[in-house]
Amino acid sequence: MHKNSPGSAEKAPRRRPGRIRRIALPYLLLLPALFLELLVHLVPMVIGIVMSFKELTQFYIRDWGTAPWSGFDNYKVSVDFDAPVGQDLLHSFFVTVVFTILSVSFCWLIGTAAAVYMQDNFRGRGILRALFLVPYALPVYAAVITWVFMFQHDNGLVNHVLHDQLHITSKPSFWLIGDNSFYALLIVHVWKGWPFAFLIVMAGLQNIPKELYEAAALDGAGMVQQLRRITLPSLRPVNQVLVLVLFLWTFNDFNTPYVLFGKAAPEAADLISVHIYQASFVTWNFGTGSAMSVLLLLFLLVVTGVYLALTSRGRRTADV
Amino acid sequence: MSSPSSPMAPPRSFIWSRRIFLTLLTGFVLLPVYVMVSSSLKPLADVMGKFRWLPSGLTIRPYIDIWSTVPLARYFVNSLVVAGAATVLSVVIAVFSAYAVSRYSFRGKRVFTVTVLSTQMFPGILFLLPLFLIYVNIGNATGIALFGSRGGLILTYLTFSLPFSIWMLIGYFDSVPRDLDEAALVDGCGPLGALFRVVVPAAIPGIVAVAVYAFMTAWGEVLFASVMTNDTTRTLAVGLQGYSTLNDVYWNQIMAASLVVSVPVVAGFLLLQRYLVAGLTAGAVK
Repeated sequence: MHKNSPGSAEKAPRRRPGRIRRIALPYLLLLPALFLELLVHLVPMVIGIVMSFKELTQFYIRDWGTAPWSGFDNYKVSVDFDAPVGQDLLHSFFVTVVFTILSVSFCWLIGTAAAVYMQDNFRGRGILRALFLVPYALPVYAAVITWVFMFQHDNGLVNHVLHDQLHITSKPSFWLIGDNSFYALLIVHVWKGWPFAFLIVMAGLQNIPKELYEAAALDGAGMVQQLRRITLPSLRPVNQVLVLVLFLWTFNDFNTPYVLFGKAAPEAADLISVHIYQASFVTWNFGTGSAMSVLLLLFLLVVTGVYLALTSRGRRTADV
Repeated sequence: MSSPSSPMAPPRSFIWSRRIFLTLLTGFVLLPVYVMVSSSLKPLADVMGKFRWLPSGLTIRPYIDIWSTVPLARYFVNSLVVAGAATVLSVVIAVFSAYAVSRYSFRGKRVFTVTVLSTQMFPGILFLLPLFLIYVNIGNATGIALFGSRGGLILTYLTFSLPFSIWMLIGYFDSVPRDLDEAALVDGCGPLGALFRVVVPAAIPGIVAVAVYAFMTAWGEVLFASVMTNDTTRTLAVGLQGYSTLNDVYWNQIMAASLVVSVPVVAGFLLLQRYLVAGLTAGAVK
């Protein structure tokens, strides 16, 4: 049926290589992606798992293959919640869970509200839409460094407004160390992340047929009812993916805390990626760091699996 | 795109709540942008002392000094080369993969898509050190310098955007009618001819969207850039931190440099964002 060149019908014997080529073609097309995914993601992941079973300290880092096997020791140390290493990991885990739940909720809420409010056309909508995407478009380090300046104790905008102008605080607060650092991180992360939710929900809204709203309006449904009966149900498949992606990105985020706090994250904002980075590179204990990474991956796999099972009821997932 | 979703005019309460919400949100979004722009034009004394909403005087001095305080031009070129190359390669590879998944049925298709997509959830920290070891070993064995080179960073970054790009383009290619490429095949194009003459032109918005995403990913990455580069290959993500390690923190210069490195991506993004929305609408969120 699919001829490779005009007149190939006359060359019947050449059909066979054509068919072989057709069977091989999809694999050839996938080859570059497959090779790179193997090189950069899958093989390193396997090596990472192997490393987590080794006693990989700075003495062995030049030739990591010679590091002695240590069985489950690295895992035992990581989850021994009575000892300092395990305690710190558990603390970091809880901080990350709370941070992720709050950040994803705010990003989703603000993004969805903005997208729904901007579903109708009004003057300046185009400009506002472009404006709202600016935090997402800004490179992380440029955006976060600006927040670092705003959160400075002596010359930052936040303390100037809260203390000097509004007199809410009795003395200037520290934002990048101590307990406040959690809120600073949350604000920066939501500021940077909500436009992504906005973008996706906005795209999802464009796929809802207008006729649905017209029919609902004729039936006398108000704005709130239209939102509850049409908009939100239609967005369900979009939200399913959006929330998962937001969750994974937030939980794994390294860039924001790393630029905001530098190499030493304060305890209150000790996200798990930075924690593992420090456990590996500051103490040069790569075996334990790897074990922590593997535990993190397992946790994410379980959460993703449960999430997809719970939200996919009746959805066709054969293609993804 | 611009037609109202309801034939009735929205109630007054809705309009007011919209005004309030969008005004507050605009303030939240613009605050750091204002700080960045205004501080980049302030004399040093203004950013050393208490924060001032308005500069005591405007100066373009920070924009001149940023180039000599740290080798910003070199970082800029490095980021441009790395992000540019990663984008081109990532888009081409994603187009091939998405075409295979969208148009062919073959064994292992589901395994491929699930595997590629699941790499998106890998914590970067898990494969940072192994990847570093692999690059060093490849360098020792073959002489191809991947660690510390721009090539290694390009390879790494292009795989970061690959899963999302493939996923989005599969959706996009699926929405291009099959009849079109069947017709091209009948007309004598090979499968690749059909891909580049029919499917790709019909999917341009999706491809532009994917390119924007890939460029932004590479331009903004910090973790791998901080471990896998050296003095000559350092990118902006790491280089920008050079301003704050000095004894005096030149906040006006930091803000000027942040603005300068943001302009290419933000401008590009805003110019092409309608493609991103169109691409997402037709592809990913369908």
